[in-house]
Amino acid sequence: MTTGTEQVVEAEIETAEAGKNESFDGAIADTDKNESTTEHHHGPAKGISRWFFTTNHKDIGSMYLWFSLTMFMVGGCMALMIRTELFQPGLQFIQPDFFNQMTTMHGLIMVFGAVMPAFVGLANWMIPMMVGAPDMALPRLNNWSFWILPFAFSIMLMTLFMEGGGPNFGWTFYAPLSTTFAPPSVTYFIFAVHMMGISSIMGAINVIVTILNMRAPGMNMMKLPLFVWTWLITAFLLILVMPVLAGVVTMMLMDIHFGTSFFSAAGGGDPVLFQHIFWFFGHPEVYIMILPAFGIVSEIIPTFARKKLFGYSSMVYATSSIAFLSFIVWAHHMFTVGLPLAGELFFMFATMLIAVPTGVKVFNWVATMFRGSMTFETPMLFALAFVVLFSIGGFSGLMLAIAPADFQYHDTYFVVAHFHYVLVPGSIFSIMAATYYWLPKWTGNYYNEKMGKIHFWLSFIGINITFFPMHFVGLAGMPRRVPDYALQFADFNAVATVGAFLFGFSQLLFIYNVVCCIRKKNQASKQVWEGAHGLEWTLPSPAPYHSFTKPPKVD
Amino acid sequence: MDSQTQDYQEYYVPTQSYFPIVASVSLFFLAFGAGSVLTAAENTGDMGMIMLLTGFILLFFIIISWFSKVAAESRDGLYSAQMDVSFRWGMGWFISSEVMFFAAFFGALFYIRVFSVPWLAGEGDKGISNMLWEGFVNQWPLMTTPDPSLFKGPAQVVDPWHIPLLNTILLISSSLTLTLSHKALKLNNRTWTSIWLAVTVVLGAVFLYYQVLEYHEAYTELGLTLSAGIYGSTFFILTGFHGFHVTIGTIMLLCILVRVLEGEFSGKKHFAFEAVAWYWHFVDVVWVGLFIFVYIL
Repeated sequence: MTTGTEQVVEAEIETAEAGKNESFDGAIADTDKNESTTEHHHGPAKGISRWFFTTNHKDIGSMYLWFSLTMFMVGGCMALMIRTELFQPGLQFIQPDFFNQMTTMHGLIMVFGAVMPAFVGLANWMIPMMVGAPDMALPRLNNWSFWILPFAFSIMLMTLFMEGGGPNFGWTFYAPLSTTFAPPSVTYFIFAVHMMGISSIMGAINVIVTILNMRAPGMNMMKLPLFVWTWLITAFLLILVMPVLAGVVTMMLMDIHFGTSFFSAAGGGDPVLFQHIFWFFGHPEVYIMILPAFGIVSEIIPTFARKKLFGYSSMVYATSSIAFLSFIVWAHHMFTVGLPLAGELFFMFATMLIAVPTGVKVFNWVATMFRGSMTFETPMLFALAFVVLFSIGGFSGLMLAIAPADFQYHDTYFVVAHFHYVLVPGSIFSIMAATYYWLPKWTGNYYNEKMGKIHFWLSFIGINITFFPMHFVGLAGMPRRVPDYALQFADFNAVATVGAFLFGFSQLLFIYNVVCCIRKKNQASKQVWEGAHGLEWTLPSPAPYHSFTKPPKVD
Repeated sequence: MDSQTQDYQEYYVPTQSYFPIVASVSLFFLAFGAGSVLTAAENTGDMGMIMLLTGFILLFFIIISWFSKVAAESRDGLYSAQMDVSFRWGMGWFISSEVMFFAAFFGALFYIRVFSVPWLAGEGDKGISNMLWEGFVNQWPLMTTPDPSLFKGPAQVVDPWHIPLLNTILLISSSLTLTLSHKALKLNNRTWTSIWLAVTVVLGAVFLYYQVLEYHEAYTELGLTLSAGIYGSTFFILTGFHGFHVTIGTIMLLCILVRVLEGEFSGKKHFAFEAVAWYWHFVDVVWVGLFIFVYIL
């Protein structure tokens, strides 16, 4: 069962009532002052130290989410610079080297700074509430996972101002571009990646331990909300691949500064080895950015279709299968690098297999909606757009999976269109859907529904105008990562730039809506959404500072 | 349902703590300092070294205070049985991530030996790359690199049947002595716990001594260096990171020994001991992999 099943989730929360009328920005009072006198049960500390020293999963979740929003804006500005330069053929605004730095940093910031922290933030906020835990299992480690990130990204952004400029080798930092021909700042980049890896691994350990060990009595694994399930599997992926990323950047560091020849054929190494190791990390990484999105959508659709999720257990198995397959498909990113024929075939067929569990998911969502009493609030709109547009991204992925066809598509804008379709209306839309969906629970107030819908439609139209034309220019042969292009691509590029600005600026509406929701009092009920099921909806809105100091009983 | 609070010991959620933020600052100093030192940026001067040192000092300080705090909390009985399970899962998955870290380097080694070196020598599917350096021959250990003017191959490699064999014996016996120590601790026999633990620490230290000796010999006599082509690269990154882990492990064992001597741990409750033991056994298993795939084969 996930949200909305015949199984009734009944929680006995002694802590629930006290915090009901507290405002979000005011001190949320001690929710169980009557129960316990131990020192660790009080509300948030006053002032800035609350955020530096906190061990509270909600504080940490909020910090992750604000950090992610900041990075989303920074990375978005870089994207707009890219699109501005590409508005017309020829070089107008920025130099090619700076253009390369922008594409590189845009990718790195969006992947490691925007999408991943947003999901970790959601995990922090929701997982303890969803499984009936008092907090994350290892609260201090949790805070450390967060605080590494601002420092890591400071280093990363500082590289832009260093001699020789910032990283300009693409977010995949292929050797030898990132070793022999890299700017000196690559060393800082490597250490920043190490720091992000430490953060992700500790965050993932925390998620796994919380889910495996902190569930309320009666909350067995097959009763876990799907968001929790997908995050559990995501956390396993993180633990298994982030160290590999750390390994590969370490080898880069050794090649650059200590004379080794891992990625230099002159010493017996191989630049292609870099790509193998990188994509062994990189392919699970893209599922790290989509599996929690699957979980979110699987929470939202049943709520607004007012039916229980169709095929709960098949969703769990499909997610696990996708996670397993993600480890044996990495070389489909490298079809044109000169793989042996057997390799091309194996990775082509293995990649196509992923369509099976993914299809299971899409059909399950559609079947959930079938004959449901649907309403279309903002979270549902984003979730629906997710299902449709993510599927488009999935289909273009299937096209790219066909090795002989990929020889044509490789490194063109078709690839850019593909992964932006899975990441923007995929991951980003799911994050927005989740924000709108749980915002009343976090803040205690309803957001402005009308503004939310306008935000949705502007974003929906914006991203389609931005990314759909990229399919066409890509199929026609426009290469990616170039600041200038042939004249025949001019019209579609101009259209894409207009769409990008529309999408970018409509996000200001999102920020405005969130800020208003935090400040204005428009008291949300405990239940928030009529059709919502799950432990988090048994807590008052806003959720008290400490969720379940005594575990609720789940029948 | 009745409120089932009777036999539930509250899960300990620590109060505010400055450890995480200071630890993050220390990582920032370490990363930025190391970056400055390595790129030798003129405008930073000695700043890089100062930052690096500051980072180390902060990190050292945080590690000591954080672990002391956890030990103190444990002594104060704040940790429930559920917390114990959290620590177990946490350590277990941390070690899994370490396994994957080494897997990246082992994977590189296997790829080099199975694909890239044979291909460069004209064998197999992509043997056409032999045109880059005609006459390059596939051999392992790779004594002659494709371009010896850039990467001069080693003159000799380490003989597995001398120091490495000795080190294998040392590490495997250390796992054994550690298990004996654990068994003694379970029986609350503190004398034998400390004795076997001390023996383990000594074995680890002797291993490290021989490892340093081996490196010294490699650099001064065998011509086996980091820049000796791909053999040197894989050899040093694998044995180097392993040696680093043994160093950390030995220090951790030493800390546990001190805590045992101070009378901490009981036969029933001694997770810190077990966590370090798990880590030590993991390091041991990695060594067996190294001995087989780096030294012998």
